[in-house]
Amino acid sequence: MTLFASIMIDGIAYAMILFMITVGLSIALGLMHVVNMAHGAFAMLGGFAAVTLMHRAGWCFEFAVPAAVLFTALASLPIERYLISRVYRRPELDQALLTIGVAFVAIALVNLWLGASFSAIELPPWLSGPIDLGFRSFPRHRLAVILLGFLVSAALWVFIERSRFGIRLRAAVDNAGIAQAVGINTTLLYSSAFAIGAGLAALGGIAGAELLPMEANYPVKYLVLFLAVVAVGGQGTLFGTFLAAILLGVVDTAAKYLLPDIASISFYLTMLVVLAVRPQGLFGRKEAA
Amino acid sequence: MKLVKHLAAVAGAVLLAANVAAAEPVKVGIIAPFSGPFSNFGEAWKAAIEAYQKIHGKSAGGQEIELIFRDLTGPNPSEAKALAQELVIKDKVQYLGGVVFTPNAFAIAPVVEEAKIPTVIFNAATSSVLEKSKYLVRTSYTLPQITVPIARFALEQEVKSVVTMVTDYGPGVDAETAFVKTFEAGGGKIVEKVRVPLKTTDFAPFLQRVKGLAPQAVFIFFPGGPPSYAVIKAYKDNDLKGAGIRLFGTSEADEKDLPAIGDAALRLESGMFYSGSHESAANKAFVDALKAVAPTAVANATALEGYDGIAAIYRMVEATKGQRDPEAAMAAMRGYAWESPRGPVRIDPESRHIIQNVYIRKVEKDASGKLIQKEFKTYEQQPDYGRADAK
Repeated sequence: MTLFASIMIDGIAYAMILFMITVGLSIALGLMHVVNMAHGAFAMLGGFAAVTLMHRAGWCFEFAVPAAVLFTALASLPIERYLISRVYRRPELDQALLTIGVAFVAIALVNLWLGASFSAIELPPWLSGPIDLGFRSFPRHRLAVILLGFLVSAALWVFIERSRFGIRLRAAVDNAGIAQAVGINTTLLYSSAFAIGAGLAALGGIAGAELLPMEANYPVKYLVLFLAVVAVGGQGTLFGTFLAAILLGVVDTAAKYLLPDIASISFYLTMLVVLAVRPQGLFGRKEAA
Repeated sequence: MKLVKHLAAVAGAVLLAANVAAAEPVKVGIIAPFSGPFSNFGEAWKAAIEAYQKIHGKSAGGQEIELIFRDLTGPNPSEAKALAQELVIKDKVQYLGGVVFTPNAFAIAPVVEEAKIPTVIFNAATSSVLEKSKYLVRTSYTLPQITVPIARFALEQEVKSVVTMVTDYGPGVDAETAFVKTFEAGGGKIVEKVRVPLKTTDFAPFLQRVKGLAPQAVFIFFPGGPPSYAVIKAYKDNDLKGAGIRLFGTSEADEKDLPAIGDAALRLESGMFYSGSHESAANKAFVDALKAVAPTAVANATALEGYDGIAAIYRMVEATKGQRDPEAAMAAMRGYAWESPRGPVRIDPESRHIIQNVYIRKVEKDASGKLIQKEFKTYEQQPDYGRADAK
C-alpha cells in the first residue's frame, strides 16, 4: 500500500510536469497543424527568465514565477507571428526544419548568455524539503506540483469548454476554413493559443526544474519526452494529453520502483503499445493525418 | 662597392631568415569541446592555460609555444581522428593535448603512435586509454583511482552496508566495480547495486528504493551537471539523511555546480583529486591567476586539468629545448614529479598515468557563506587502481 501510494504520488507529480509543458504543443498540433519542435525552448525561456529575475534582479520566487510565465507568453507572440505562422500551410518537413532551427538558435543564445552549465530555480522554504505524510515523507515540492497541475488542468478545461474563446478554439480545430468564414479571427486565435501554450510550457518548465534542470540543451534534450506525450494522447485533445501524461508518468515511475533495470525502456514500450493499438493516440481522431 | 653592398644586404636577409626559422614556435594542438553541451571543458581549459601562461610565460626551453585550438563538440571518434591528422600533417604540431572523451582518445591513439606525437590526455579517464600508444601521458585521473579511497574511507568510518547507485554507462560501471571490489574486500556488505538509466530525470523512485533497503550509506556516481544535481536534491527531498543513510560520492558537486545545488550538497562526503579550496601556495597562485585572466572562471577539477595538462607539455618542450624529439620528451615525463595546485603529483613511469593524492571532502560554507569542498583527510599518492596489476 505504501509502495502504491509512493508510485502514485511520484508518478502523478512527474505526469503533471509533462502535462503542463506539453499541452501547448498538443494545442498547436491540433489547431495550427504545426509540429513545433521548438516548444521546449519556451519551457527553458520561462525557467531562465525566473532564474534571472531571482538571482540578478533579486525578485522573490512568488513574483518571479508569474512574471517569467507572462514574459514567455509575450515573447512567443512575435515568434509565432513572424516565423512559425509562415509554415502553417507548408509540408511537415518545412515545419520541422524551421522549428528545430528555432530550437537550435535558442540553445546557442543560452550558451552564449549563460554558458554550458545549468541553473537551478531556488525554491522558497515553504516549498522545499520533506513533509511527513504519516506513512512516508514526501518532498513538499512534489505535492505542490500535483496541486498546481490539477488546478491548471481544471482551469484550462473550464476555459476551453465554457469560454467564448474556447468555443472559437474548438471550432477552429474542427474546421478552420468554416470558422474563418463565420467571422472568427483565426489569426488572433492562433496567436493567443500559441501564447497560452508557451506560457504553460514556461510554468511547467519552472515547476519541473527540480526534475528537468534548466540548461542550454533543454529544448532538444527532452524533445522526445514531450513528443511522446502528445503522440500517446492524440493531437489537439486536452483530455488525451492529460491522460497520456498520467499514463506515461505513472508507468515510468512504477518501473523505477519495481524493475529499475528496465526503467529506461518502459516509457517507450508504453508508447509503442498505445500507438500499435491506436495509431492516432488515445483520444486522437481517426481522420487526423 | 655596390656589389658588396648588395651581397651584404642579401647575407643579412638570409641571416634574418635563419633567425626566424630558429625562432619558429613549437606548435601544440589542443582538441576540446569549445561549443555545444560540453563547452564548459574547452572554456575552462582555455582559461586555465592562459592562467598558466600568465605565471610561466609563453615559452619554455627558450622556445615560444604556439597553441592551436580545435573544437570537437562531443564523443565522435571519426571527427577526433580527422582533427588529429589535420593538426599533425597540415599544422605540423609537435605535441597534442586535450581530449575529454575516452572514445575520442582511442581514435587519436593510432595517429599519435604512427606520427610519434607526444600527447597529453587532459581528461579521458578510462584506464585502458594509455595502453593504446606509448606517446600518451595522462594528467587527469581514473574512476578507480578516486573511488577506491572513498570506499576505504567508508570502511574506516565503520560503515558496514552500502547500496551503490550509478549511472548505467561505462564510467558508472567502472566506479561501481571499483567501489564494490574494495568495500567487499574490506569486509563490507553491498546490499544492492542499482544502475540508473542514462536518460533518467526523476531520481526520487530510485532513492525511495534505497531508503527501503536501509543501508548505512549510499555510494553514488553520476555525470556532472543536471544528473548529479537531481540526485543530490532527491537525497535531501526524500530525507535519506533522516533515515540515517550517509551519502558518499566522488566528482559530484563540482565547484561550478555547487551554487546551483545549494544547501542540499551539505551532506555529501566525497573522494576527489582536487578541490578549489585546497590550501597550498601552488593552488593560491593558480586560483589568483585564473581569476585575473578569466573573472568568471571557476577553480574546479576541470580547470585544473587544463592547467596541469599544459604544465606537462611545457615540461616536454623544456626538456627537448623545443626540438622535435618524441623519445626524449616522453622520457622527460616518465617519473616526473612536480607540485601541482592539487598537491604533489608524479607520472608513473610504467603506465604514464598520474599518481596523486585523493582527498576526502565535505561540502561546507566558508566565511563569506559560499559553498566550498573542504578537504579533511588525505589518501596519499594513489595509483590508477583500474590497471590489472594495481594493488
